Amino acid sequence: MMLEGLTLDKTDAPGAALSYARPAKALLPVRGRSFVNVQDEVDWAALLIAVRDRQDKTAFAMLFRHFAPRIKAFLMKSGANAALAEECAQDVMATLWQKSHLFDPARASVATWVFTIARNRRIDALRKSRRPEPEDLPWGPEAEPDQSEAMEMQQETDRLGAALAQLPAKQRALIERAYYGDLTHSEIAAETGLPLGTIKSRIRLALDRLRHHMT
Amino acid sequence: MTIKHHISDSLLMAYSAGQLPEAFNLVVATHISMCDECRVALGAFDAVGGLLVESTDEAAVSDAALDATLALIAAQKPVADTRAPEAGIFPAPLAAYVGGDLSAVKWRSLGMGVRQAILPTEKGASVRLLQIPGGQAMPDHGHRGMELTLVLQGAFSDGVGRYNRGDVDAETEKTQHTPVAEAGLPCICLSATDAPLRFTGFIPRILQPLFKI
Repeated sequence: MMLEGLTLDKTDAPGAALSYARPAKALLPVRGRSFVNVQDEVDWAALLIAVRDRQDKTAFAMLFRHFAPRIKAFLMKSGANAALAEECAQDVMATLWQKSHLFDPARASVATWVFTIARNRRIDALRKSRRPEPEDLPWGPEAEPDQSEAMEMQQETDRLGAALAQLPAKQRALIERAYYGDLTHSEIAAETGLPLGTIKSRIRLALDRLRHHMT
Repeated sequence: MTIKHHISDSLLMAYSAGQLPEAFNLVVATHISMCDECRVALGAFDAVGGLLVESTDEAAVSDAALDATLALIAAQKPVADTRAPEAGIFPAPLAAYVGGDLSAVKWRSLGMGVRQAILPTEKGASVRLLQIPGGQAMPDHGHRGMELTLVLQGAFSDGVGRYNRGDVDAETEKTQHTPVAEAGLPCICLSATDAPLRFTGFIPRILQPLFKI
């Protein structure tokens, strides 16, 4: 169903300029380690973990300044007025703090985690209906991912963003309409042309690690 | 337990995008609680949503908003996680709607040993638990809209496929089927529809408004 054939190592391709991910990273091979990030780039996962482990308000303020304006814009594109969108953005950021103990940087980027909370708040606020969620997967002993797993997840997400940016404009617009709530479920087709195979493999690895420690 | 029949990519994407009616959300959330393959696929669709949030324009947020949010956080009570119940056949999202496991279901008889319990959701689609005695057929029916059925106990076959615990059967207006519960334990399913079912037999059609199927 999904197109898996797209080349994924094109983060420096011209099309990536209008990237859906963060600005393309400059990655250099370094002795002893596979890659190092030579650009100053904020590690959102590390900030959220600082909030989770130390209730770090400075880290939270950085997350807030980056994500709150984006959540507000996302909710306004989904049909909320500015006042409601800002109120909901505050709720979403408060929930981000509250649920930080469930955040797994090996399974999702912070932006993905923020999206799921914002989507649920949108259903609650605009449709006034409940959103049943799958069971949470609790952390087992020693289930905490190491940093390389979290970094690989972020890199995989960036690659998906680059692939999303390279889709034909019409296809991209359709995906945006689906996520902003302009399409009914019967209008959403699975053939998005998104290469989701590799990010699925990465999530699968993280899930298997978690399952291994749970049993 | 091996799940053979999964949620389609288009339904998973609609669930991720938040575009499904509540009744279907419940079936999808319950299935994903039992199925890591679909949990992984949902994670990929959620990542697409995350990329859209990351790349969207920014809408200016007032200066007081951060302080207001910190005040919200200070007033928060800890949330309970929706973890797997200790025992029973209902995963957490379904147990939350029922108010417990199988023993908490308020069944109503549909005759011939078939029982149902409609769960309260927003309008536009409905979701019910169905219990069919082992070896018995459900009335032959077509669909005006979409029907999504998840097996929780026992198994059924409909001439096309065989469905065990965890399997999902998706039917559309184009399909006509006669599910038959396999011999043994009663077959218990969670089934969502966005339109009334269309029975082909005369008697069931008369009874239909009565039973709200």
